[in-house]
Amino acid sequence: MKVSDEIAITITKMNKWFGTFHVLRDIDLTVNRGERIVICGPSGSGKSTLIRCINALEEHQQGTIEVDGTVLSSDLKNIDRIRSEVGMCFQHFNLFPHLTILENCTLAPIWVRKTPKKEAEETAMHFLEKVKIPDQANKYPGQLSGGQQQRVAIARSLCMRPRIMLFDEPTSALDPEMIKEVLDTMIELAQEGMTMICVTHEMGFARQVANRVIFMDAGQIVEQNEPEEFFNNPKSDRTKLFLSQILGH
Amino acid sequence: MADTHAHSVAFARKTQIPPSPPPASETGVIKWLRQNLFATPANSALTLVAIWAIYSILAGTVPWLLNGVWSTASLSECRDALQGEVGACFSVLSERWNQLLYGFKYPSDQYWRPNLAFLLLFFAAAPVLFFDLPRKLLIFTGLYPFIAFWLIWGGSILVPIVALLGFVAGFVVFDRYGKQSFATGFFGAIVAAFVIWTLGGIVIPDTASENAMLSQVPSRDLGGFMLNLMLGVTCVSLSLPLGIVLALGRQSDMPLIKGICVIFIEFIRGVPLITLLFVASVMLAYFFPPDSTVDLFLRVVIMITMFSSAYIAEVIRGGLAALPRGQYEAADSLGLDYPQAMRLIILPQALKISIPGIVNVAVGLFKDTTLVSVISMFDLVGMIRGPILASTEWNGVYWELFSFAAMLFFIVCYGISKYSQWLERRLATDHR
Repeated sequence: MKVSDEIAITITKMNKWFGTFHVLRDIDLTVNRGERIVICGPSGSGKSTLIRCINALEEHQQGTIEVDGTVLSSDLKNIDRIRSEVGMCFQHFNLFPHLTILENCTLAPIWVRKTPKKEAEETAMHFLEKVKIPDQANKYPGQLSGGQQQRVAIARSLCMRPRIMLFDEPTSALDPEMIKEVLDTMIELAQEGMTMICVTHEMGFARQVANRVIFMDAGQIVEQNEPEEFFNNPKSDRTKLFLSQILGH
Repeated sequence: MADTHAHSVAFARKTQIPPSPPPASETGVIKWLRQNLFATPANSALTLVAIWAIYSILAGTVPWLLNGVWSTASLSECRDALQGEVGACFSVLSERWNQLLYGFKYPSDQYWRPNLAFLLLFFAAAPVLFFDLPRKLLIFTGLYPFIAFWLIWGGSILVPIVALLGFVAGFVVFDRYGKQSFATGFFGAIVAAFVIWTLGGIVIPDTASENAMLSQVPSRDLGGFMLNLMLGVTCVSLSLPLGIVLALGRQSDMPLIKGICVIFIEFIRGVPLITLLFVASVMLAYFFPPDSTVDLFLRVVIMITMFSSAYIAEVIRGGLAALPRGQYEAADSLGLDYPQAMRLIILPQALKISIPGIVNVAVGLFKDTTLVSVISMFDLVGMIRGPILASTEWNGVYWELFSFAAMLFFIVCYGISKYSQWLERRLATDHR
């Protein structure tokens, strides 16, 4: 699992407000290609908002975000291009319930990438096999379990051959038996060298795959370090408190 | 006892209990009767009252229906034929059949034309209503309005052809330039269509309609149930797309578009349809150049379409609001642009949620087409109230005529309702 020197994402002095509420304050973050970053922190700390800014699901008001060498601007074509390079998985999966699993996976390649249908279906089956649910291809999302739906959501993102994957609490809506199957998929993805940013509270996952763990509180990056150091030897008091609370039971 | 007690403390199930059929007393006709009709004394009493009520209604209507007279030329002849017995004078229906269906002015030797148009309507509607049919059939659906126009109104075939060419030109321009810039494509398409139509207007000789293959029938000669069907079909199929556009426009981030849509919807919804129809029949003429004669049928279609599209827009807005935000975000995060996200993700789901509401508006619209009788168009109700009831032969035949009108409308509306139920089942993908 090597990290290249090439830079995938640069965020400089980024600020965001929801109305008058200052959600993200002076965020500076550089992500190298192949790097796997876990972001944790209490709820309301701005973790989700941060990664949603990276593919412009949220608009930031100050600072710059550069993804794959393209600076995010309000130009729609620019945004759509970055979004097609950056895959995203949501807490609530957000599969399209009116389409079959296969159609969910082929929709964006066909319409955005203009891939021929047959080729898109082959790619989709390839990734569905990878997340170990090729036999569900013709079912509808409503017929699948939560864990299966989340794995489909991962496959759906992968079908666009993204260079970066964002995960927004992918296991928070799942029960314990299903969390593992989703995490296994994500670990496999990490081992292939995908650049990943995960907002998650799965600390075991963070220890196992992350190159860097970022702790956020009140809209700021409070601490970032390699997982070993982060968990065993946290520097700030806020981090210590947070870790003692989530690892304490 | 010790065993049971031991179970309740620590227990691990080794075998599963197999499913078994329900007890025999829970099935059968007697069981159903006892449960549903004679469960309690009050229930039994209500059942008896209901049976008596059904009997008295049938006792009144069945002889009236069965004893009906079908072949007399006037009400007085019918009364003679009945000789004081109870019976319906259905002969008004058989004698005035063509008037009820086509109005009293449509040339009777040309009835095959609306009939053929009606028949073709089913072929045109099928691929839209049943989307499992091959998509190629939609070509015929696209051509149908022009074919139907030519069949019903007749006149020069060049008119519908030029109209069609205008739409084709608009589509070609939009297809070519709409990808780079929506505005260029959109307005370019409108300009292209108008250029073709204007050129066509110059090229087609004024006398083209006089000795055309199908003789020309002016709009004021249309009538009867045919007019209701024509208004209903045209207005429903125009107001659905317009309603979608208005609903999306109302959600737009652009203040101008949003403002226009909100004002349009709120204004139209706040005005009674009958007022709009009077505007169409009387006042709209003031807004057009003096020499232009915009057809009354067209004016009424515009008004009813605007009216129902405002309602449909609100129904669809409800559907759009019911979708979780995650659907928009997922579509965005995959890189779909706005038209793609709307067409592929948002609208299919929002429209599915809106089906009951849309059908509600469509059924209401179809029944409201009878309001045109107020602005002296002779639709089915207009025919009954005007030429038929006012005639010396049939003055006073109310039940037969209005039951017939009710039955025709009921058949169509019930059909729409049944179709929508099928559609909802067909589109249900959540728990199959």
